[in-house]
Amino acid sequence: MSQLSTRHLLGIKDISAEDIQLIFETADNFKEVLNRPIKKVPSLRDITIANVFFENSTRTRLSFELAEKRLSADVINFSSANSSVKKGETLIDTVNNILSMKVDMVVMRHSSVGAPHFLSKHIKANIVNAGDGTHEHPTQALLDAFSIREKLGDVAGKKVAIIGDILHSRVALSNIFCLQKLGAEVMVCGPITLLPKHIGSLGVKIEHDVEKALQWCDVANVLRIQLERQQIKYFPSLREYSLYFGINRKMLDRLDKEIVVMHPGPINRGVELNSDVADSEHSIILQQVENGVAIRMAVLYLLAGAK
Amino acid sequence: MQKRLVLDQQQISIILKRFCHQLIENHDTFENTVLLGLQPRGPIVSDKIVHLLEEISGIKVPFGYLDATFHRDDFRRRDFPLKANETKIDFLIEGKKVILIDDVLYKGRSVRAALDAMIAFGRPQKVELMILVDRKYTRDYPIMPDYCGFKVNTLETQYVSVEWKENGFEQDAIWITEKA
Repeated sequence: MSQLSTRHLLGIKDISAEDIQLIFETADNFKEVLNRPIKKVPSLRDITIANVFFENSTRTRLSFELAEKRLSADVINFSSANSSVKKGETLIDTVNNILSMKVDMVVMRHSSVGAPHFLSKHIKANIVNAGDGTHEHPTQALLDAFSIREKLGDVAGKKVAIIGDILHSRVALSNIFCLQKLGAEVMVCGPITLLPKHIGSLGVKIEHDVEKALQWCDVANVLRIQLERQQIKYFPSLREYSLYFGINRKMLDRLDKEIVVMHPGPINRGVELNSDVADSEHSIILQQVENGVAIRMAVLYLLAGAK
Repeated sequence: MQKRLVLDQQQISIILKRFCHQLIENHDTFENTVLLGLQPRGPIVSDKIVHLLEEISGIKVPFGYLDATFHRDDFRRRDFPLKANETKIDFLIEGKKVILIDDVLYKGRSVRAALDAMIAFGRPQKVELMILVDRKYTRDYPIMPDYCGFKVNTLETQYVSVEWKENGFEQDAIWITEKA
């Protein structure tokens, strides 16, 4: 198979394991491109991509922009903070205005769940979801699974614990779908208030003791506490959260095996991860960032090539 | 399906040996020369050349594989994108004499893309093209091989298929086949 089964990447839920494998195989090739003296290929030279971000982003936006530029696409950036959205323009009007400038693809982040799905039904361009509210963040899940595959050889059969604020995390949901489609076992671990009520229905294990989760897993994907999404207090204090759910070097040393530690960033050092773990040989956090560009190049290339 | 044999195993073997002697004649000690097999079907030819050169002259010539999928000019003009293959070049080609190797030369578009892809690894001193089978009168670009195994006349309705024992065929052979 050399073609995705979809012309948009809205979520991992909508794509197949074969699609994911195709994205990985294509990303392998782009990773090689990124290690060349000249890190650019001309594949998307006749494509214009709009990065439409209605929510803050550093890593994802930079990563997408770099991926687009490495593919020779023309790029326009839109941020809602400095735009007519502030004047009351609707989502579809904003995007249609951008598309009138002959844009072929839209990479969108939005705080509302389903915004990219809505858009995909109303406009012709290919849509890539760069995060919609607490729903999905497909390219993050792809790069996480790709990094696991790179580090451990395969994703199938591996045990992955997602630790932290699952309730507010779009990374968690996309990761669960992606890892399960690739044959991994998934556990979620966090305070009871930060785990969605029906998360068990997705077929994941549930744990509240972080040491037990670490002992169980091959890979710990540690998530950030998303204070900006929390309208009420879900735990007494960051200090207490860190005491019960923060991961430090001593905890890893107590394990009878080596595990891989991941984090989608940005890290709250000293809260969910201590520096002695984030900067240790267990951590593949910077490899995740590097792989992010290759994965996003693969997604954009495959979607642009789909008719 | 109609099939016509163009080259059999013995003829292919003679051509590969001739290529090696031509290369030795032109590149002497291969001090500054590298071989690049063009994916997806060139590497099998370049591997054979590397092996034969070592057998004949005792010289192990640096070689690599080059994939030009991301440099093709037909992206978004096909029904679906071509699947990329591995590029494996463990050396810079800056200032080197490069021999690009492929099995069949048809429109010349793959070679054009390969020349483009190759530049990402440096500016070569000279580039030569080695082709096992040259389909005459079919070129879209002004590209000609420096080393040519065999020239054939073909129609648009035909394709040239190259079979190797390594790929599970009984014998090495090159056929002209009518497209279905």
